[in-house]
Amino acid sequence: MGYTFQFGVVLDALPDLLSGAAVSLSLAVASMVVGMLLAAPLAVAAAGRNLAAKTPARAWIELARNTPCLAQIYAMYYGLGAVGIFMPAWAAVFLAISFNNAGYLAEIFRGGLNGINANQFKASRSLGLTPAMAYRYVVFPQVFRNTYNSVSNQFIWSMLNTSLGALIGLYDLSGVAMDYQMRTFKTFEFFLAIAVAYIVLAKLIMFGMRFLKPGGANA
Amino acid sequence: MISIQNVHKSFGQLEVLKGIDLTIERGEVVTMIGPSGSGKSTLLQCINGLETINSGEIHVDGTSVFAPDTDLNKLRQKLGIVFQSYNAFPHMTVQRNVTLALRKVLRLPRAEADEIARRQLDRVGLLAKADVYPGALSGGQQQRLGIARALAMSPNYMLFDEVTSALDPQLVGEVLATMRDLSSEGMTMIAVTHEMKFAREVADRVVFFDKGVIAESGNPEEVFLSPKSPRLKEFLSHSQF
Ligand SMILES: Nc1ncnc2c1ncn2[C@@H]1O[C@H](COP(=O)(O)OP(=O)(O)OP(=O)(O)O)[C@@H](O)[C@H]1O
Ligand SMILES: [Mg+2]
Repeated sequence: MGYTFQFGVVLDALPDLLSGAAVSLSLAVASMVVGMLLAAPLAVAAAGRNLAAKTPARAWIELARNTPCLAQIYAMYYGLGAVGIFMPAWAAVFLAISFNNAGYLAEIFRGGLNGINANQFKASRSLGLTPAMAYRYVVFPQVFRNTYNSVSNQFIWSMLNTSLGALIGLYDLSGVAMDYQMRTFKTFEFFLAIAVAYIVLAKLIMFGMRFLKPGGANA
Repeated sequence: MISIQNVHKSFGQLEVLKGIDLTIERGEVVTMIGPSGSGKSTLLQCINGLETINSGEIHVDGTSVFAPDTDLNKLRQKLGIVFQSYNAFPHMTVQRNVTLALRKVLRLPRAEADEIARRQLDRVGLLAKADVYPGALSGGQQQRLGIARALAMSPNYMLFDEVTSALDPQLVGEVLATMRDLSSEGMTMIAVTHEMKFAREVADRVVFFDKGVIAESGNPEEVFLSPKSPRLKEFLSHSQF
């Protein structure tokens, strides 16, 4: 007796799948924005000589990049729960992926910082810009331009990582699929459907990133 | 007035400035010559606090550059500096290069910043290039952009660090011409240069740097025509002026 594909159940679940996709995408965007904002100072600290800043920055980067993302999500959800800090699944995933993004992006930015001539910073300071302004207006726009491809990859990678949230009950794309396949036993249909959905989300992110590309979408 | 008193500066074990005394009055044009590695660039960068010093004092219009309560970002608005390497910001148009500090440091409204930028670009002959990116400029144009960007902040002093030495020979003239214009407008300038003819013609005073000290200084005729120290004689024998 063979397995018969029934995509009808997937269609029935479409409203839930769409809202799950919205959860996945918004978590990915939010944790990418926060990750980038954290990564910039982390990269500067990690590349610098001030040990009081460099040591914690390096520790963050090492921890974020060398431990499983799932462990980071569990740490936020169960780890903090064990010390009395409880949060909904989406918040744990948001914090964990932001932490993870910050570490990976800091390493990407650190490489990018090495590629910027030190004179750019000096010239900025000579005009009266503060160090923060020099990084904000002169250095990081160039770093971002030079690391654009790696940053885009990290964005997609972190979007895919949000799927781990299903393991702590997040009702994202993967969470919805897990829920429905347990109720309908249409495992293959649902996972094929969300595979397609993740590809669409990834393409959507690439499309969105084009508008952030320095020099515009056609550059 | 810029006053430099007994300034010592080391990079690790290497003492680069060994007791520099120098005063530059408003309206004066001082050119600095001397062999490579003698500390000329280092001194210029100490004047606006881009480099620190180990001992001594530098005052700009009475403000001590290295006093803890000195707002260096504010002080730097008085001191324009242009470097040997082109330091245009490559991700901004020529005009935005000039308006950045006007907008962010002086917090001028956009229209006012744009107007100042266009006036300064016009002054150095780059108005037609206002909307292009620096990558499309020649080396000489990039240096003139550096000058316009510094002038836009209305500095009291302009510091030039070998701004022509990375340029193709045929582009040197246009940059020197811009600097000559500035000096004839009464701008106070310190210019480190390897262009001896320029150093002689434009200067009120020439300072010869050697191994971290000012080995000789005086008006251009004295320095170029009757050098006293053997080191200066030797240095000048390698150049034309
Ligand atoms: N950031 C630095 N760290 C260590 N040593 C430095 C640094 N900057 C300059 N030096 C050294 O200090 C000495 C003086 O350098 P400086 O650039 O002031 O000389 P200069 O007179 O401008 O020479 P040039 O004509 O080649 O530009 C040189 O020996 C140089 O190698
Ligand atoms: Mg030099």
